[in-house]
Amino acid sequence: MKATAWMGRDSVKVVDVPDPRILNARDAIVKISSTAICGSDLHLYHGYIPALRKGDILGHEFMGEVVEVGPEVDNLAVGDRVVVPFPIACGNCVSCQQGRYSVCENSNPNAGLAEKIMGHSPAGIFGYSHLLGGYAGGQAEYARVPFADVGPIKVPDEVPDDQALMLADVFPTGYMGAEMCDITPGDVIAVWGAGPVGLLAAASARLLGAERVIVIDRYPYRLRLAAEHVGAETINYAELDVLDELNQRTAGRGPDACIDAVGLEGHHGNAAVYAYDRAKQAVRLETERPSALRQAILACRSGGVVSVIGAYGGFVDKFPIGAFMNRSLIMRTGQCHVQRYTRPLLEHIVRGDLDPSLVISHRMPLKDAAKGYRIFQKKQDDCTKVVLKV
Amino acid sequence: MDGTDPTVLDELERRSRGDGLPRLLGVVSLALGVGGLLAPRALARLAGVDDAPRAYPVIRAVAARELGHAAGLLAGRRPVGWTWTRLVGDASDLLLLGRALTGRRGERRRRAAITTGVVAGIAAVDLLAALRAGRAHRARERIITVEVGVTVNRPASEAYRFWRDLENLPHFMAHLESVRADDLRRSHWTARGPAGQPVSWDAEIVEDRPNERITWRSLPGAAVPNAGRVRFVPAPGDRGTEVRVELGYAPPAGRLGRVVAKLFGEEPEQQVRDDLRRFKQVLETGEVVRSDASPAGITLRQEFLQRPAQPLPAGRRG
Repeated sequence: MKATAWMGRDSVKVVDVPDPRILNARDAIVKISSTAICGSDLHLYHGYIPALRKGDILGHEFMGEVVEVGPEVDNLAVGDRVVVPFPIACGNCVSCQQGRYSVCENSNPNAGLAEKIMGHSPAGIFGYSHLLGGYAGGQAEYARVPFADVGPIKVPDEVPDDQALMLADVFPTGYMGAEMCDITPGDVIAVWGAGPVGLLAAASARLLGAERVIVIDRYPYRLRLAAEHVGAETINYAELDVLDELNQRTAGRGPDACIDAVGLEGHHGNAAVYAYDRAKQAVRLETERPSALRQAILACRSGGVVSVIGAYGGFVDKFPIGAFMNRSLIMRTGQCHVQRYTRPLLEHIVRGDLDPSLVISHRMPLKDAAKGYRIFQKKQDDCTKVVLKV
Repeated sequence: MDGTDPTVLDELERRSRGDGLPRLLGVVSLALGVGGLLAPRALARLAGVDDAPRAYPVIRAVAARELGHAAGLLAGRRPVGWTWTRLVGDASDLLLLGRALTGRRGERRRRAAITTGVVAGIAAVDLLAALRAGRAHRARERIITVEVGVTVNRPASEAYRFWRDLENLPHFMAHLESVRADDLRRSHWTARGPAGQPVSWDAEIVEDRPNERITWRSLPGAAVPNAGRVRFVPAPGDRGTEVRVELGYAPPAGRLGRVVAKLFGEEPEQQVRDDLRRFKQVLETGEVVRSDASPAGITLRQEFLQRPAQPLPAGRRG
């Protein structure tokens, strides 16, 4: 089959690899119809997530048709159209049973490696480095889906691929980011990053009853999406001082909750601060550029929530712990526990409450994956999200 | 690890202790020391040196030295070193006796000669003891012991039942090829050797408390004596069962010992932890979890020898 393989820093290639097979009794094989490139795939593409190997198949957002099921999968049948959550979760461990699927205790065969860096191991993730399991990803014609009796959900015929595919990652991730804010009437929510996750976090915050949502980015075309499709206010940090502006707009209170939907490759309005982080990151003294996170902490009202859904992989410095501690802030974070959200969010889509496909800017065939990565990386052609059609 | 009964590896410890002889020599030192201080005249007569007044301070000095040895060998924590100082004492005694022999004739010379012979004999025993104690000390240093725990989201009874059927162990213990239960106590184990050749031994269960603990040890004749214990303790709240494992291996000296040490590498604990991770996977999910890069599931070796995250070529399984 054809699959998108990581070939080294800033390089992917569609290559021929063997077709996947059932390895565990609870596996299914899915023939992929649509698969997307995620912002966190760009972190992998750039080589910022450790333990990636040449030849690894990328992609953790995919959907398609079940073509084979293992003997222990009784809820799916060949021919079912399904969307697959990006974290691989067994459903049997205490974490899964408490709904924390992205920290499943059993799904990372390389847990020992992850423990050395993170203390304990999170769940395995499709196409997301050897640290998180070494599972082949879904930017391919077929994928093996472990624990197929837990993760994938059937998609009704009337829901098109473009909408259902967003349930694999970006919609649940954005939704969880908003949910972690404990939104109450009157709340002002600020969202750093107007990528697909930031946009859907902003939309979800509105869905959950936020009074106002303010989205921060530097790309006018993305801010336009936030204003037009989500009804958010916007701040272009390349033009305005974000902290000043947020204080102005909230009459000095600061946002009630701040969502970091940027993650480890942030940019900063202040060239010197950006250069400092960029230089340290280049020589791997620091693995992340946490400018959005720092700003979110300083901006948040005292006692408010900082909700971190942007992806991080390693270590940061200049973390404003003084502001965080003295002002009684609360941080909530995590890779999204997608399995918890797929069904209720599918309901929202079916009811027409929210159309998550608003974030898709490009559709192209799988064979053009390298081009998709390139234009997404360089934000060419007003790119927000690339969907690869198989 | 609280509540641990420290005796699980007694069997292994005893095999390599080897300090019985040094203690016996301590008793000899004590007798000589006390005798020399309380009855120097009798001792001088026995050694044939009762004609020389200078012999008495020498005998008292030797006696004091021997009391020091006795203290070290009988009460000291590490008698190995003291067997070597005893040898030094033997050498100086032989030197003194040699001088005593040169000036004497008749009965006294005969007694001095007998004493010299006895001291030479004791020196030989001292040398043997020192060498043996050193070997035992090195063997003790080769013993590998590991204590690791994992929490499994299943009742203790289920975890116990799975483990008690020893034939299940190879499902999650990476180095085991097979275990055959001969009867309720005895079993035959086969492990994968480093070059692929199997290593087998017999083991017996020495303690079996249903739903609580199982202790086993290898029977005499095992190339690598080993013992282990697993305990099943209900975790607080609804957190399942804490499965705590203690393992010990006593690799012999030489090539096999080096091979065993290499097999465990720098991190024997990590290997047992991975075994327990697989145990948890099997109990909770039904199987060892496999990925494209780790098709055989978790192993320490596999973590460093990852294949790319691509489907396996046709025909290759695990």
